[in-house]
Amino acid sequence: MAVCVAVIAKENYPLYIRSIPTENELKFHYMVHTSLDVVDEKISAMGKALVDQRELYLGLLYPTEDYKVYPSYQLCRYGYVTNSKVKFVMVVDSSNTALRDNEIRSMFRKLHNSYTDVMCNPFYNPGDRIHSRAFDSMVTSMMIQVC
Amino acid sequence: MEAAAGGGCGSGPPLLLSEGEQQCYSELFARCAGAAGGGPGSGPPEAARTVPGTVTAAAGPVADLFRASQLPAETLHQITELCGAKRVGYFGPTQFYIALKLIAAAQSGLPVRIESIKCELPLPRFMMSKTDAEIRFGNPAELHGTKVQIPYLITEKNTFKRMDDEDKQQETQSPTMSPLASPPSSPPHYQRVPLSHGYSKLRSSTEQMHPAPYEARQPLVQPEGPSSGAPGAKPPRHKASLIRSFSVEREPHDNSSNYPDEPWRITEEQREYYVNQFRSLQPDPSSFISGSVAKNFFTKSKLSIPELSYIWELSDADCDGALTLPEFCAAFHLIVARKNGYPLPEGLPPTLQPEYLQAAFPKPKRECTLFDSYSESMPANQQPRDLNRMEKLSIKDTADFPVPTQDVTSDDKQEQNKTRLALKSTADEALPKDMSEDPATSKDSNSLKARPRSRSYSSTSIEEAMKRGEDPPTPPPRPQKTHSRASSLDLNKVFQPSVPATKSGLLPPPPALPPRPCPSQSEQVSEAEIHPQLNRAPSQVAESSPTKKDIPHSQPPSKPIRRKFRPENSATESQEPPSTVGGPVSAASGKPHAAVQKQSSKQKKAIQTAIRKNKEANAVLARLNSELQQQLKEVHQERIALENQLEQLRPVTVL
Repeated sequence: MAVCVAVIAKENYPLYIRSIPTENELKFHYMVHTSLDVVDEKISAMGKALVDQRELYLGLLYPTEDYKVYPSYQLCRYGYVTNSKVKFVMVVDSSNTALRDNEIRSMFRKLHNSYTDVMCNPFYNPGDRIHSRAFDSMVTSMMIQVC
Repeated sequence: MEAAAGGGCGSGPPLLLSEGEQQCYSELFARCAGAAGGGPGSGPPEAARTVPGTVTAAAGPVADLFRASQLPAETLHQITELCGAKRVGYFGPTQFYIALKLIAAAQSGLPVRIESIKCELPLPRFMMSKTDAEIRFGNPAELHGTKVQIPYLITEKNTFKRMDDEDKQQETQSPTMSPLASPPSSPPHYQRVPLSHGYSKLRSSTEQMHPAPYEARQPLVQPEGPSSGAPGAKPPRHKASLIRSFSVEREPHDNSSNYPDEPWRITEEQREYYVNQFRSLQPDPSSFISGSVAKNFFTKSKLSIPELSYIWELSDADCDGALTLPEFCAAFHLIVARKNGYPLPEGLPPTLQPEYLQAAFPKPKRECTLFDSYSESMPANQQPRDLNRMEKLSIKDTADFPVPTQDVTSDDKQEQNKTRLALKSTADEALPKDMSEDPATSKDSNSLKARPRSRSYSSTSIEEAMKRGEDPPTPPPRPQKTHSRASSLDLNKVFQPSVPATKSGLLPPPPALPPRPCPSQSEQVSEAEIHPQLNRAPSQVAESSPTKKDIPHSQPPSKPIRRKFRPENSATESQEPPSTVGGPVSAASGKPHAAVQKQSSKQKKAIQTAIRKNKEANAVLARLNSELQQQLKEVHQERIALENQLEQLRPVTVL
């Protein structure tokens, strides 16, 4: 379902970004980049509440947008931020099936778990790009569900 | 080596070699070149490094290699022609690579043409009938599993002489051959591998070991026999002992399971070595090595960081950032394999999975009952794992929960251990210790592991719980709010006390309400309330509210009337609860005194949590209070304005 998955570091540079279809990748990069502003907005909006109470799942970041170039996707962007300010942004094509919130949440949870697995690897330095094959395969499984 | 392949491609058609192919071909080339002309002093790696582009493979070994591919002689002639060796007169790297590729093509059934090598081909296969302790290279994934017993019966009686003969034969068939070397040969190669390629700071000993295979082969090329010299004598003796011990071990292994990936099997010697290394890092074999310690250790292997990262990913099955003994052995084995040129597998081979490793080396002695039950269940889970976490959770039997490990790195220990390795049979002692403890802790670790994961799952639920925790204090204020709004409505219906009275009476008993409108009465009520209800935050609100309600009190005469009902009602109500509350409070105070010794800490904790909750409730209520007061002020201002208007209007009407 996901057409693009991105993991953004605390300093807002991408640790991992992958999209299908592989053409128009730049467009997805751009979409993710613009979503970062929305993510930051949401984080700061909850500023007063304690971190514990803050939800990790941010939900729909942006209203659906028609994908102008090609077969019209309905693209929704969802955000998720961890306690260490690492953000996950997912662009989803909802034209085929309406994804329920729970499914998105579960996808983010899987992402988060895989991300922590990558973190556990002592050879991974936080801030490096993620090259883990396990992470890749997990993301592929999420993305290939539809295509 | 890649450069050589790319650089030397001038004469032949452009060769596109995959990574595996390149590795394998370059190794083959190095073998052929090294065996032909390499000196005894330098180890093959050094020779190989200097070789590309400058040395040619001698015709002899190359011809033997080609023959080992089991292609008909005509095909081989064709291949040699095509690859350009005949033209050029020697087997340079390009020619050699082209030839290998052509062999692969021929073996896959393609015609021997230049065009056929342009497509993707499997690696060429070189058959070898007899096995010996020779290092093998190639793609382990393509190895097919067969029973290992027969060749080992043959090798069982291996003496140096015999090995010489076999070495000679093997030499003709090719020193290091690629992927589909018959499986029986690979394990003995593996035996040698740790000894010759250990990297733990034993540079000297590694260099001793490393040239060993090549030196052993040299007697073959120049048939010298056992008297090839001191350096040659030592490794063959090792070989013999290794093979003997290995063959002894081998049969029970095969009885238990058949796995196709022979190079991924850990032999007994290797296992001992790994365990000793583990012990040097972490004295307790049942505990684990932390990530940083392991990282430092494995970095010494001089593999690249991405490769080490990948190896860690493969071997740390439970992704806890620490390596238990089986995980460590798997990682070490993978590193050793990688150093020997085996490409890393896509997934952890079944023989390297922790359960298999634990099951494969059972110890008959200590605390086996637990372990036995586990070993029976573990072999059942021998499907090739992917690194799916859910699978791991369910399969996981072996990982210990992370426990603070001690960083013990004593290099001297490593050296001593290594040198004493070959002839020890005490590795078994180390193994069962960790295994027996693993099953015991695995259950804990399972549940414990589940918890951190569930934490992430239930992060939202925790937040909800906290919100819920705050909820109980808030409802009381809420009705106040509604009531305050209702009270503003009531302002208009000032002359209908009955309605608001019933309304107020229906309200839940938030004690703050009653005191509010009627200062005189409320003061009494609040004071009465305060004492028994020390824990009720509203009492504070009640305290503050009456003082502020004095101002509005004067203006709406009917209000106090209306609200008197409420205080009366609620006063009676509140007096009842205070008495009841006072009762339990006193009783509660009595209890702790009685049971202080037993439950003092629990009480303290309970009291502290209660205090915290109350503080939170206080904060919330204080906020609410201020908001309500704001509303009140506004309402009163409205009232004043309205009454002014009324007064202004009255004279007019009167007039």
